[in-house]
Amino acid sequence: MKYDVLFSGFGGQGIILSAVVLGRAAAMYDGKYAVQSQSYGPEARGGASSSTVIISDDPIQYPKVLEPTVYVIMSEAGFQKFGAGAPKSALMLIDSGLVQSRPQCRCIEIPATMKAKEVLGKPIVANIVMLGALVSVTGIVGFEAMEKAVLDSVPKGTEELNIRALELGQDIAQKGGDA
Amino acid sequence: MQGNDACAEGAIAAGCRFFAGYPITPSSEVAEQMARKLPKVGGTFIQMEDEIASMAAIIGGAWTGVRSMTATSGPGFSLMMENIGYAAFTETPCVIINIQRGGPSTGQPTMAAQGDMLQARFGSHGDYSVIALAPSTVQELFDLTVKGFNLADRFRVPAFLMSDEIIGHLRERVEFPDEVECIPPKPIREGMLPFEPEDDLVPGFTPFGKGHRVHVTGLTHNEKGYPASTDPDLHEKLVMRLVEKVERARHEIADYDIVNPDAEIVFISYGAPTRAVRQAFLDAPEKSYGHLNLRIVWPFPEDLLKKFKNARVFLVPEMNLGQIAREIQRHVDQPVIPIPRLGGELHIPAYLLKCAEEQE
Amino acid sequence: MSVEDWYRVDRLPHIFCAGCGNGTIINCTLEAVESLGWKIDETIFVSGIGCSSRAPGYISTDSLHTTHGRALPFATGVKMAKPNFNVVVFTGDGDLSAIGGNHFIHACRRNIDITVICMNNQIYGMTGGQGSPCTPKGALSTTTPYGMDENPFDLCELATAAGANYVARWTSYHVKELNQAITFGLQKPGLSFIEVLVQCPTNYGRRNKLRDVQSMISAMKDHALLKEKRDRLLAEGKPIPDGMFVVGTLTDRNRPALGVKQ
Repeated sequence: MKYDVLFSGFGGQGIILSAVVLGRAAAMYDGKYAVQSQSYGPEARGGASSSTVIISDDPIQYPKVLEPTVYVIMSEAGFQKFGAGAPKSALMLIDSGLVQSRPQCRCIEIPATMKAKEVLGKPIVANIVMLGALVSVTGIVGFEAMEKAVLDSVPKGTEELNIRALELGQDIAQKGGDA
Repeated sequence: MQGNDACAEGAIAAGCRFFAGYPITPSSEVAEQMARKLPKVGGTFIQMEDEIASMAAIIGGAWTGVRSMTATSGPGFSLMMENIGYAAFTETPCVIINIQRGGPSTGQPTMAAQGDMLQARFGSHGDYSVIALAPSTVQELFDLTVKGFNLADRFRVPAFLMSDEIIGHLRERVEFPDEVECIPPKPIREGMLPFEPEDDLVPGFTPFGKGHRVHVTGLTHNEKGYPASTDPDLHEKLVMRLVEKVERARHEIADYDIVNPDAEIVFISYGAPTRAVRQAFLDAPEKSYGHLNLRIVWPFPEDLLKKFKNARVFLVPEMNLGQIAREIQRHVDQPVIPIPRLGGELHIPAYLLKCAEEQE
Repeated sequence: MSVEDWYRVDRLPHIFCAGCGNGTIINCTLEAVESLGWKIDETIFVSGIGCSSRAPGYISTDSLHTTHGRALPFATGVKMAKPNFNVVVFTGDGDLSAIGGNHFIHACRRNIDITVICMNNQIYGMTGGQGSPCTPKGALSTTTPYGMDENPFDLCELATAAGANYVARWTSYHVKELNQAITFGLQKPGLSFIEVLVQCPTNYGRRNKLRDVQSMISAMKDHALLKEKRDRLLAEGKPIPDGMFVVGTLTDRNRPALGVKQ
């Protein structure tokens, strides 16, 4: 099994971190191969940033994603730049509060930023909410592997918050998202 | 782990204890990692005022007998050329990491390229020779950094790690060996002068403070190290030796993979495009094209080309306009077809297959 | 050990012109290192390009004769990689303040523990007498055939402003004072900058109505104004006579320094 996952949003949302965490979960805790790369511009904040991860049971040669099979989109600009052309066979998770457009492919609406603010009081963990939803919908990596990778990657003192964010995402997705 | 971080880990493992550098995208993570790690292992990190100074500082560091390194990208690499020539001429072992980006000039700071391959070989004025390595995986960024230090010491030359933004910023799994092999430069033998070559044309190394009282100069110098810049024969002999000591050891230095040596259509690649070639081979298992992947590009291992006895054509995907393709063409009669890709993105495997099919 | 041990005798005779001031500066420096009991094998001389930069080649220590303007970053590498070495840089006005200007201010800013001795002959001597950033206004050189029309650098003010711990200026006439300044500077933690005005009869004096060495030295002696005297004149509200330059210890402070011997 091989997944080509693309994350996009605006700089500062933790788009690249999301991809790193997913790759880490797969490579370090789930016995799979993973490569992660990113495209970035000169801005440190704002702009449409994107990052990709390939996860596979076999060694990965080509490090770049040519056609994603899974999209995680967290801004309208990111949707327009990377998500609008998604093929019908793809799967897309969107932060439904921030992305107005909808793709032709199967789309799962996760109001991650809104719920992160409402339930956890911290919109900053919206990207982790999206990861929780992603794991729940796709089973790309196990939930435990994802938990460990999140704990490796987040600042000290925020572990509980981030695990709650992960669970929140799982919960929203299990209820079928917003749609 | 990210490629640039693996490079720093390789340097630390190889015993590098002095790093001088200047921030530049997309190589800065190497410097950042060295800044974090070196103080913990008794080493020194210094951020210099520019890349000219960075290159100068690592040469100074190297002459104290400490393994020394810098890291940069295109614009900084251009600035380093002055003192790279000094390092080559004074036979100073040091390692220069170049995480290549799109040029010329400021170009594409965040996008990959392989446009500095000829600059690595010929960038400073005058004739000299160097060693250049090209990793195509994050693991190789670690392994070849270690190897770069050993080769720099073995031949007393600047060694270049010619990576690129794709591999430098790629994250994939790396395995660190418990211990890496570190081979120090051979010391100067009793009765020998500091620039007197041994049979392999490389003089024994005598770092500062060991009582040899060596004078190091960028002027043409005799075997004592003293300036002798108006002696035509001495200059010719010295420059010939500096080139020969590397070029005649190219078999010893060569590091490569060969796939299907009986093929008629043969890809030659190094660095990131190697992964596009390998993916193309996976995508078309019915084809039997050949592949030569080079982990050492300079000195160019021309004899490897003869291993492809049935080759009709060589296809050379590079992220430049055919810099190494031009070198290959010097050594073979068959056509050498460059497959250039500029703009920062890697060759698409299907396109490589199409290029090969056109030659069938 | 004696001061003679510091000379690389098999390199003599040197290439300096008859009447050149550089030899005086080398002698003063070697007397200073010898008087401090420094060890030859723990001392590194570093230089860039120019007449001044040939000095390390005549000294018996390990030495680096580097590229134009870059002596300070090379020296920084030596000192940072091995702080136990004593590192001394010889440089000239063109080497230090034109092509090496940025390295100069950053070495001073870091206040790295080295001693920098600048032989300021106000001209590019080795390449045949072109104007430098220290060529005085109006002076003739091969690239200022109608007189220098740019303002010169005050290297000592530059070093002070950039952060050096010790800054002094003397001339090749003031041998005793120079020897004391170098001896002090060598011991001072942080960057010590000693500017020495030296005569270049071949490429400066010849074009600027100072035809012999004696008249060049006299001119330096006559235009040198002791810092103490300058301060007194200022305090009394009296004018500083035209064409004078200040000599003496100009800065002596103890800011945090880099690369100090443990």
